[in-house]
Amino acid sequence: MTTEALATPREVNLAAILKDAAIAAAVAFALALPLVGFQTLDRGGVLGIKTRFDWVAIGVGVVFLGRLALAYYRTTASRTAAGPSIFAKVGITIQPYIPWAAGAAVVFAFVLPAMPFSNRYVIDVATTVLIYVMLGWGLNVVVGLAGLLDLGYVAFYAVGAYSYALLAVTFDWSFWVCLPLAGLFAATAGVLLGFPVLRLRGDYLAIVTLGFGEMIRIILINWYSVTRGPDGITSIPRPSFFGLPFERRAPEGVTAFHEYFGLEYAGQHRVIFLYLLILILALITNLFTLRIRKLPIGRAWEALREDEVACRSLGINPTNTKLTAFGIGAMFGGFAGAFFATRQGFISPESFTFIESATIVAIVVLGGMGSQVGVVIAAVVLILLPELGREFAQFRMLLFGAAMVMIMIWRPRGLLAHREPTITLPRKAREEAPP
Amino acid sequence: MAYFVQQLINGLTLGAIYGLIAVGYTMVYGIIGMINFAHGEIYMIGAFVSIICFILLGLVGISWVPLTLVIVILVAMAFTATYGWALERVAYRPLRRSPRLAPLISAIGMSIFLQNYVQVLQGARIKPMPPVIQGGFRLFEEGGFAVQLGYIQVFIFVLTLALMAAFAVLIGRTALGRAQRACQQDREMASLLGIDVDRTIAVTFIVGASLAAVAGLMVTVYYGVIDFFIGFLAGIKAFTAAVLGGIGSVPGAVLGGFLLGLVEVFWAAYFSAEYKDVAAYSILVLVLIFRPTGLLGTPEIEKV
Repeated sequence: MTTEALATPREVNLAAILKDAAIAAAVAFALALPLVGFQTLDRGGVLGIKTRFDWVAIGVGVVFLGRLALAYYRTTASRTAAGPSIFAKVGITIQPYIPWAAGAAVVFAFVLPAMPFSNRYVIDVATTVLIYVMLGWGLNVVVGLAGLLDLGYVAFYAVGAYSYALLAVTFDWSFWVCLPLAGLFAATAGVLLGFPVLRLRGDYLAIVTLGFGEMIRIILINWYSVTRGPDGITSIPRPSFFGLPFERRAPEGVTAFHEYFGLEYAGQHRVIFLYLLILILALITNLFTLRIRKLPIGRAWEALREDEVACRSLGINPTNTKLTAFGIGAMFGGFAGAFFATRQGFISPESFTFIESATIVAIVVLGGMGSQVGVVIAAVVLILLPELGREFAQFRMLLFGAAMVMIMIWRPRGLLAHREPTITLPRKAREEAPP
Repeated sequence: MAYFVQQLINGLTLGAIYGLIAVGYTMVYGIIGMINFAHGEIYMIGAFVSIICFILLGLVGISWVPLTLVIVILVAMAFTATYGWALERVAYRPLRRSPRLAPLISAIGMSIFLQNYVQVLQGARIKPMPPVIQGGFRLFEEGGFAVQLGYIQVFIFVLTLALMAAFAVLIGRTALGRAQRACQQDREMASLLGIDVDRTIAVTFIVGASLAAVAGLMVTVYYGVIDFFIGFLAGIKAFTAAVLGGIGSVPGAVLGGFLLGLVEVFWAAYFSAEYKDVAAYSILVLVLIFRPTGLLGTPEIEKV
């Protein structure tokens, strides 16, 4: 980009810009002609065709004008822009306030159900966002701290969800017993899957984990006797408030939540309870990650991410260290999965496709790898935006994909690229140190 | 025996298709060291361009099969190559010097984008296609089971071999191939010696996309149905093939494609059809554990 900007002469070279835009328009025409220009129509088993050349013309026009505008912007911007971008400057300025903002956000999250504008829909969306925040924080241990790219994180989410569902449906155990078990099973799955593959580097690991994610999904679909295949598991027990169920009429000998507290029955109670539950689970994940970074194992993860060879020569066992990160990340995925199962009351392999893994990875990477606050911002952006665009239902994923590409090109290091230093000198020492 | 030979033929046909896609993966990995996650979608676009071209030719009235096939191959290659070029220009080139994960995320985003782009424009339903090449040779009969070698399978073999031969010449004998191999070895040194690296990478994407387009065309005529989602699975399988053969090695990709096609078809024929994808992934994992460089790959030396 910079070389192009330097090469352009100071005056706006109109002929060159026009030529460039014309080439872009020609490419757009070639791209649009087959797929936009002709639409296949099913006419009773035989395909017919409909032409849409007007769409092609519009597309080509938009690309031509867009390219012109971009070229104009570049020639004018190259004269003025120097130094860090505006976004980076803003990032540096707001850096000290982020802990405050994060605290305010947590307080806001806790009082959200009591807000005047909050209704069932708002709480439901907020719960979904929080599930992804928790998944993002869980995956952040693997991707952000240990630097292992896991494209099959949804596998552990699925293991957690199915462990909870099967245990709760088969043995009728309560949510609070099943939750740790779901985490345990997911962690075990993580260690078992991780053991053979963690010796691999970067991209290979990504593809193998992706393969594992798909394998678990195929097994869930085909192992009908246990998972009931594509039909899924229905009527999964909902969680209770430490034994008090959220039901209008509690079964014989059990007090319902609203009876115990002398409240009017409202379906809202369970929704709010689930919301607060995932909020607390997510915050536990966050706290755990923040604390473990300060422990030797967390330090080892980050060291491993930076330089594996150096770690090995300092006596850190890379495989075991990576395995703990993989297992712990998987455990949080399992917790989130158990919560998902109890919230939905129904799970099927449909919920655990690759697109989920891609969304979670995108949340971590777009947020700025390793940044806990970045994960929250990215989760809000990626989950809320499609939610706002409900009217354009069929364009949702289209925009989602485009947003992923554009954010990456705009901020290749993620939205909040700044990473908290693992160790800082105490303030006193910093002041005494010679400049 | 007859059943075995039949499955062998089917497996090799499938393998040829995987091999053609795998070459695109392996070339891109060799030259810029990233997994072009959207390559499967390029193949899917190739399939869609060919089905549209077939319908248009039918409307125009061209019905002589060899002519139709030649036109469709050329059209599909040309338009799909444009997609390959645009993909590289838009999603990967701006990220050439960024952290390693950035291009991968951008590739995943592009893959989601292209999938939904085709879904929105062409609809989510499967697209049926009347058979273009019918009939075949009856090789031999054994116990009432006749072994068939369809003309279409012959077409796929011959076309794959021809493309591979042309490709080998392109890589081994032309200035372009030399530039490409130079970039593969050392991009910076190549640029110091006057090779336009950006252009070479763009050409790599164009060639890879053209081969994927032919694979898309083959799937369209071989199976007769396509939809917007075929790229995902085919992409992973082809990547497996590329890894199996040793990523970065072009003959390896073809070999890996054939092996993977055989494994998948035999697994479905003798064990269970439901778990054939699991078999493919298991191979990927096993290869990576026991021979990470693949069958024909060269070991990577880690420099400190």
